[in-house]
Amino acid sequence: MTNSANSEPAGAATGTLTDPPEGESLLRVSGLKKHFPVTKGLFKRQVGAVLAVDGLDFDVRSGETLGIVGESGCGKSTMGRLITRLLEPTAGKIEFEGKDITHLGVGGMRPLRRDVQMIFQDPYSSLNPRHTVGSIVSAPFKLQGVQPEGGVKKEVQRLLEVVGLSPEHYNRYPHEFSGGQRQRIGIARALALNPKLVVADEPVSALDVSIQAQVVNLLDDLQQELGLTYVIIAHDLSVIRHVSDRIAVMYLGKIVELTDRQSLYGTPMHPYTQALLSAVPVPDPRRKAAQGRERILLKGDVPSPMNPPSGCRFHTRCWKATEVCRTTEPPLVPLATGHEVACHHPENAPDQQPGDTKLLRLADGVGTAG
Amino acid sequence: MTDHEHKDDAVPAKKVKAGKGTDAAKAESPEAESPTAESKAESTKATGTTGASVTPEDAAPARGAGGLASSGTAAGEPELEKQPPKAFLEVRDLRVHFPTQDGLVKSVDGLSFSLEKGKTLGIVGESGSGKSVTSLGLMGLHTVGQYGRQRPHLSGEIWLNGQELLTADPDEMRKLRGREISMIFQDPLSALHPFFTVGDQIVEAYRVHHKVDKKAARRRAIELLDRVGIPEPAKRFSSYPHEFSGGMRQRAMIAMSLVNNPELLIADEPTTALDVTVQAQILDLIRDLQQEFGSAVIIITHDLGVVAELSDDILVMYGGRCVEYGTAEKVFYEPQHPYTWGLLGSMPRIDRDRADRLIPVKGSPPSLINIPQGCAFNPRCPYADVPAGGVTRTERPELRETQPGHLSACHMEPEDRQRIWTEEIVPKL
Repeated sequence: MTNSANSEPAGAATGTLTDPPEGESLLRVSGLKKHFPVTKGLFKRQVGAVLAVDGLDFDVRSGETLGIVGESGCGKSTMGRLITRLLEPTAGKIEFEGKDITHLGVGGMRPLRRDVQMIFQDPYSSLNPRHTVGSIVSAPFKLQGVQPEGGVKKEVQRLLEVVGLSPEHYNRYPHEFSGGQRQRIGIARALALNPKLVVADEPVSALDVSIQAQVVNLLDDLQQELGLTYVIIAHDLSVIRHVSDRIAVMYLGKIVELTDRQSLYGTPMHPYTQALLSAVPVPDPRRKAAQGRERILLKGDVPSPMNPPSGCRFHTRCWKATEVCRTTEPPLVPLATGHEVACHHPENAPDQQPGDTKLLRLADGVGTAG
Repeated sequence: MTDHEHKDDAVPAKKVKAGKGTDAAKAESPEAESPTAESKAESTKATGTTGASVTPEDAAPARGAGGLASSGTAAGEPELEKQPPKAFLEVRDLRVHFPTQDGLVKSVDGLSFSLEKGKTLGIVGESGSGKSVTSLGLMGLHTVGQYGRQRPHLSGEIWLNGQELLTADPDEMRKLRGREISMIFQDPLSALHPFFTVGDQIVEAYRVHHKVDKKAARRRAIELLDRVGIPEPAKRFSSYPHEFSGGMRQRAMIAMSLVNNPELLIADEPTTALDVTVQAQILDLIRDLQQEFGSAVIIITHDLGVVAELSDDILVMYGGRCVEYGTAEKVFYEPQHPYTWGLLGSMPRIDRDRADRLIPVKGSPPSLINIPQGCAFNPRCPYADVPAGGVTRTERPELRETQPGHLSACHMEPEDRQRIWTEEIVPKL
């Protein structure tokens, strides 16, 4: 499945970096893998590997927001660092605007850094405490050797205004700001060079709910004004529902479901997505009474990515798993228009393995509670 | 000596409850029973001896003096009659003020609420609204100044089962803490001791309050580990906290806090550090255990979803005070305070397709050293000018009952609030 995608596309040969029209893919990822070696002993003999990201295929279309959601340890942050090339992929291919950037070195990536920027999760550790806001936000200009019109200082002050801070904050230090304001500084820095793609790794999870809403609205406004493309990584399914156009659900280093917002929340197909959605507490006391206990409770924890289960990685916790799930890995295939799912026995779609009906874990009591 | 009567009442109640426990608890109850009764009797004695000199009437002004004199907030308030209340837990005008170099931090500034057994109260608010300080106050953990800081000033009353906790003797409090009141902390990794096995820590919590041998305590700990859903509890008994995953650690914490069948369980952000699937497991566990043990639960969180899921009543805190209190149904469907509107508007919804934009509360939470004049929320309130005469900037609104059992602290007239909520807020949610 992954090999077929490795053929060189026509665009890469010419290396032209032109703006793709709306809806065309800005970033294309195929067969992407990242394995972190686990070593032992004096000679650092490799004894295994953490399969953090183990074969991802997706594309990010120009102007859209792709939400990546999953539990901790599913590899979503590693994915973010791979597509911004902060990490070197083990295998696979990343194309940005048709150009292969999979194995570009530091120097090769530098021109691209203007187009791909990142917003980090923790607004406390992602800003250097010894630098003023001015020098933090102007760093991209210095590093890229860009002279904005009207001078760096003026441009930085404009950016501060864009993200809802005051231009007078130029000479202040990060510790003088609250969490929400710091996150705005991080956003101003990411926007400095007018990027095309912004990868935001948990941009609001460290913030209080009212501040979180301010930052979410800000990201929304900036996307409309500047035509940005976002990849937003988050574990909060409510935030993801609010911000994303399309959503990829990850489990143990793989995408299990990839579709648009309406389909994912309306007719989820993968059992894991269903379990995830049903687990989110709904801020509605009436619904609690009506819904009763139809929540799908997954037992246990996510298996170790060092030694993932055979076949479908979710089969150890899935209430629909059968023999085929243990032996054969389901491919990520479109089961409806624009709705890709990797499951042998999806919900809201025809069964992919109708012959195989013997449930693996009837006796183990995995599945719906109560 | 109303204290005595209540204490004596509590003993048979405890017996009944222990008998109602799980099967394993039943098997063990004869062993656990006698020491329980013994230590109860002791504690009753302790109350008796100290009760003569430290009656609530005498003690409260003596202790409260530090906090109130320096803050001067209680000047105009009438002295409350210090009667033990009917409710299982009643907090009256709780204040926790921390003296710092920059000034007095009024983390909790006049909080009152009550809670019955078997009920769950959800306390919601942003960081710095005083939620956690309240819970530590209930546990009596504010008595020591940490890291060389001055100790905080506490005043008000906390009545648990007819006993006043703020004026209680420290030894008395130590007996209650962990047995009658226990707490689940936010971060299980820092709340568990890394050098001791999980089992040993649970055994310790049990043996502090029960005179039983190690074997019996071990059996009890394993039974609890099993009850909270840890697989192979006998084996996991001797694991260290770092060998547990986040969800398992939180389960172990819950097992530890339930080992003495507490009557009041305080859960301070119990699921914030956990993934959503694990969070669902833990919330279910807390709900089941509450039904099983009939304890009162206070759940402190900033997640309105968690509150809606678990709570019977909701208390919304802002700037160290309660701004709205009511049943979960009322607070979610007919909220009365603009801050509650802001919280509801800030929240992205999982259960509906997106509204156009979120409607956040503007600005950031106030400094607790300089709480704004008048209504603490007025600088962030979009409706601060609705009440006539700028009263929001000069006078602090009292917590008033707008409907039976539904309280809110806002200067706006009920008609105005009703109109704004139905006409301006609801369509945008």
